Amino acid sequence: MALFILRRLLQSLFVLLAVSVVVFFAVYAVGDPIELLVSPEVGQAERAALVARLGLDLPIWQQYGHFLWNALHGDLGNSFVHSMPAIELILQRMPATFELVVVAIFLTCILGIPLGMVAGLYRDAPLGRGIMATSVLGFSLPNFWQGMVFILLFAVWLGWLPASGRGPTVEVLGIPFSIFTAEGWRHVAMPAVNLAVANIALILRLTASGVVEARNQEYVKFARAKGIKPGRIVRRHILRNILIPVVTVIGMEFGSLIAYSTITETVFSWPGMGKLLIDSVYQLDRPVVVAYVMLVTLLFVVINLIVDILYAVLDPRVQLLEPAH
Amino acid sequence: MSVRISNVARLVCSLGALVAVGAQAQTLKIGLASEPTAIDPHYHQATPNDALTTHIFEPLVAMSPDMKLIPALATSWQAIDDVTWEFKLNPKATFSNGKPFTSEDVLFTMCRLQNNETSISGGFQNVSKRIAKIETPDAHTVRLITQTPYPVFPNELARVPMIWNGVAEHGKLTFSPKEGCGVTGAWPTVNDFNSGRATIGTGPYLMKSYVKGNGIDLTRNDAYWGEKPEWQDVRMVAVPSAGPRLTGLLSGDFDLIENPAARDLKRIKDSGLGYVTKPSVRVMFFQLDTARNPSPMVKSPKGDNPLQDVRVRQAISMAIDRKTIVARIMDGVATPAYQFLPDGMFGALAPAPELKYDPKAAKALLTEAGYPDGFELTLSSTNDRYINDAQITQAVAQYLSRIGIKTNVDTMTRSVYFPRRAKRDFSASLGGWGSETGEASNFIQYWTTSTKPELGMGGSNYGGYSNPELDSLFIKAIGTVDDTQRSALLNQVLTIALKDMPNIPLHFESGVWAFRKGLTYEGRADQRTMATSTRVAK
Repeated sequence: MALFILRRLLQSLFVLLAVSVVVFFAVYAVGDPIELLVSPEVGQAERAALVARLGLDLPIWQQYGHFLWNALHGDLGNSFVHSMPAIELILQRMPATFELVVVAIFLTCILGIPLGMVAGLYRDAPLGRGIMATSVLGFSLPNFWQGMVFILLFAVWLGWLPASGRGPTVEVLGIPFSIFTAEGWRHVAMPAVNLAVANIALILRLTASGVVEARNQEYVKFARAKGIKPGRIVRRHILRNILIPVVTVIGMEFGSLIAYSTITETVFSWPGMGKLLIDSVYQLDRPVVVAYVMLVTLLFVVINLIVDILYAVLDPRVQLLEPAH
Repeated sequence: MSVRISNVARLVCSLGALVAVGAQAQTLKIGLASEPTAIDPHYHQATPNDALTTHIFEPLVAMSPDMKLIPALATSWQAIDDVTWEFKLNPKATFSNGKPFTSEDVLFTMCRLQNNETSISGGFQNVSKRIAKIETPDAHTVRLITQTPYPVFPNELARVPMIWNGVAEHGKLTFSPKEGCGVTGAWPTVNDFNSGRATIGTGPYLMKSYVKGNGIDLTRNDAYWGEKPEWQDVRMVAVPSAGPRLTGLLSGDFDLIENPAARDLKRIKDSGLGYVTKPSVRVMFFQLDTARNPSPMVKSPKGDNPLQDVRVRQAISMAIDRKTIVARIMDGVATPAYQFLPDGMFGALAPAPELKYDPKAAKALLTEAGYPDGFELTLSSTNDRYINDAQITQAVAQYLSRIGIKTNVDTMTRSVYFPRRAKRDFSASLGGWGSETGEASNFIQYWTTSTKPELGMGGSNYGGYSNPELDSLFIKAIGTVDDTQRSALLNQVLTIALKDMPNIPLHFESGVWAFRKGLTYEGRADQRTMATSTRVAK
């Protein structure tokens, strides 16, 4: 196990390096951020001083070299626009994205899995068919349109929920969270549902197909023949065996949502990392974009690792490393 | 008995409601279109930052909504001689911590401007660099002596908020920025302001909290020395997309929003809300490449650059129907521009002769210049920076096509456009510029004079236009302290600029603000959104 984890981490170092090169040079290729930062009213001398301070007068490979050297010491550079360390900027916004995604995943689990089981168990009944048909809407509707319709319906017409922003926060372990306040729940409701809808549809269909497959397995038929109550069969036998692919997908979705809930954050003005990313791309704030992509890559690597380990734990047939002979 | 109880109950309820309404009316919630990058008043010269910091800090002289200079921390000012400006400070002015505002603070602020390591756009350094000496004969008089005669100095000072000299340890303060001015401790940095430690100003509001991305909370400065601020609390949240910003207003999340899309104004009116428009100083224009032959995005049958011929430039200007662009594309929320500064401001032609829409005369001029069959041209612009920038460019392209110029349109996102324009990749580029000093020399200085970095001239003159007569008149104008003479000289400069047309003015954008029922907003020509301009409607 330890060897497996070690090997994984070493592989991921190469991935991080490759990612940093690609993003660094890609953002460089778009344009010169100085033009976006500096007003024409600034004198030549000040402009030159700023260029030197940001290191933009050096040749690009030298800038990358500096970046790499600093990165090895844990410093991923200072934002051009905000003049604070890029990592700090991203970590400041992470709790907001994190809590949005956690609520969305929570909704996905408590709605997606039970609905999927119902759809799978009553597949030929109108109920099952109805659920499957509605789930198509779930992943077909464009995310931003869906969000705007929610805002129109719940904020403008009904006035039940606020149209944008995050609620008041309470510090827990030094990190501000808004889900511990009642007002905070009103703010997080719509964006979380917006993110969750597509995932619920996905998990629902996955669970349903898993249930359908499991129902026809030998051990289920045997349990039925033994006279075990249907409820116990579903809970004790079917559910456990279909959880493996579901857990894998939820893990991937978790990572994907943390990294790329940009659209929902923009529509709902949720102050998370996604919005920071898109703003930084627009402003050619290269340190923030590179730091963000590297952080996200690391996140995906860790999530992948955890899912693989969970996989091995859940299914004793899985071997993480090749047998040593 | 029961009647009396129910009366008492009714009284209690209505009192409670009054208190609730009263308390609610005390908080103003504003939806901003762009987020300020810091609360440090000298960090970044940009309208959102300027608007925010003016709630907390104040300049020596301020600008009225029409950009006329009005007293702020200085009650009066005058030019004693060509280079000396004497300001009399208001003895009533105090900082939020109770300390009085004195000439020491002016000295300290000017010193800090040149010792501001964390600023990202040279922020206001130029203003401080113009000063040769500062004299502080007493606590409420300060004399700023400039290196050369600089009559626009008070206008530039209007954009520099004053900070408290106590945010850095120092001994005796003198104006010697290169040697540190006598400051012994550390100069305040942008983080000192963002955290609130150094955010001590003389303004009507105090910073309660500033969380990037989340919102800015201000609270009333009860010890404010001037007119009592209307609102107990102000909450500003940035919602960059126009749609969600409007829904915030419609759903009651915001009391005031800035820059609603022009097409939504009818909806705003129909919903019973209010809005106000105010012509701003931001002029939209096309800058033409007059220096190079051939030019990268021009293809002429004669193999030269037609844009170098003044008749061609005049023809292009005559071919554009500014009034229709304002009416149809800007939905009336703009004013046609026949010069580079709105009528009525200092130095502007009063009035500027109308640039008539005359496609027939334009075609005749083109033929006279030797291009009877026109030529090929590409117009370049952003598509996400100015209001309707891409649509304006397309409309202009169509007008030019009608007089025989085969026009292509190339729009791109601003992070690609601005660097490319600075590298002079374009032949005809769309630009927007707000003359923040409220007078005519500002536009000319950056866009029309020959590029001379040592004099601070022509910094944005990517078209390379160079007219020695205009340059010398301009230099004479900005050194003339007498207002009447200076205004006349600026008029001459503008006349030359409009005759030669290296930059073709299109229109002035208007600032728009929408607000809930029961409020009024006084629009500003500098497009700043201020809680101090928002009042409860009587």
